[in-house]
Amino acid sequence: MSDTIKTLTDATFQEVVKSSELPILVDFWAEWCGPCKQIAPILEELAAEQSDKFVIGKLDVDVNVATATQYNVMSIPTLLLFKDGEIVARLVGAKPKGALLQEITQNL
Amino acid sequence: MSQHTRVLIIGSGPSGLTAAIYSARAQLSPIVIEGEPSSTTDQPGGQLMVTTEVENFPGFPDGIMGPELMANMRAQALRFGARMEVTKVQKLDLGQRPFRAWLTDDVEPSITADTVIIATGARSLMLDVPGEARLLSHGLSTCATCDGFFFRGHDIAVVGGGDSALEEAIFLTRFANTVTLVHRRDSLRASKIMQDRALANPKIRFAWNSQVTEVLGDEKVSGLALRDTLTGDSRVLDVTGVFIAIGHVPNTDIVAEHLERHDNGYIVTGPGSFTSVDGVFAAGDVQDHEYRQAITSAGSGCMAAIDAERWLEAQGM
Repeated sequence: MSDTIKTLTDATFQEVVKSSELPILVDFWAEWCGPCKQIAPILEELAAEQSDKFVIGKLDVDVNVATATQYNVMSIPTLLLFKDGEIVARLVGAKPKGALLQEITQNL
Repeated sequence: MSQHTRVLIIGSGPSGLTAAIYSARAQLSPIVIEGEPSSTTDQPGGQLMVTTEVENFPGFPDGIMGPELMANMRAQALRFGARMEVTKVQKLDLGQRPFRAWLTDDVEPSITADTVIIATGARSLMLDVPGEARLLSHGLSTCATCDGFFFRGHDIAVVGGGDSALEEAIFLTRFANTVTLVHRRDSLRASKIMQDRALANPKIRFAWNSQVTEVLGDEKVSGLALRDTLTGDSRVLDVTGVFIAIGHVPNTDIVAEHLERHDNGYIVTGPGSFTSVDGVFAAGDVQDHEYRQAITSAGSGCMAAIDAERWLEAQGM
């Protein structure tokens, strides 16, 4: 696993999201979620390729239930895009790389 | 520039990957168009990617997880030189040889192929009732293994009466307080062993002869509107989660204009995996509405690969 994607937890979530200078995309995922595994390599690529435009973090919903509940995540993968600490986009479900990037970019 | 292949396999479920293993071992270097990531069954690996334990695939006495089984099949196909592409076929022309496939919007076809094996599988049907699209991923889900976790302690419903519906219902009892199986009839289509397990599960309840007319809720699912199929009476089932497992339709969009199909949309095959177009073969759930098992799908993928290999030989290709 590359270190271009930050691992977030219930304890660090607010701090990281609020202090992020670039928009931050948070991947709500879990080990047992097949579609989450499909987009994991795509997110790794995007984190490396788009590092000047946004950063990516991930939160394991299995052990960080409070944050998932707070943001009404009821289906994974869910990707929440935060700008200045506020949600600006909610992407639900696995998608091809091009479609993901387009939805992220148009909300930056 | 188009890339030419002797065998083009479209789909990467058990049938597509088994066809790939056989064609690759026969030195035909097949190209496999795997599909694109999604949270539905329409994804690389197919329907088994959103299931849990597979208990009836021979060779795994303790069972195996669906996604793991598919990862194994994929690795096995790669080992023998199958070429995999994570994308979808945009357009297919089976009207001339070599057959032509487009992966992009380009004018030039991306791939030309001497034979094509259609292994595009089937996708889950949706209810097509008010509220369904709006509440998708807000309490309504098509993937129990992905989303069951979020319904810990909830009262939820599974709509359907076949094996997949019962498998989902049983799986969801790990999390949910109660699971109500909503079914249009008064008996289940599911296999005896699954019925016995569901009937014996104290968390599973049954709403028989019940048709869903609407998924209720503003921002989250709050219930299902049901109509009794015998009396016509309406009632509301109070649930905060809904999982849909009401059956499948074959993925035939790209071949619809070229291949003969049954009235229900499935591709006509026979003898073996031969379709109505010479040189085009079909395997797996896209041509099978009868058995629809991982093992029958894999078996038909093997048939298609052998049929394609012999057909190429007979053509002197």
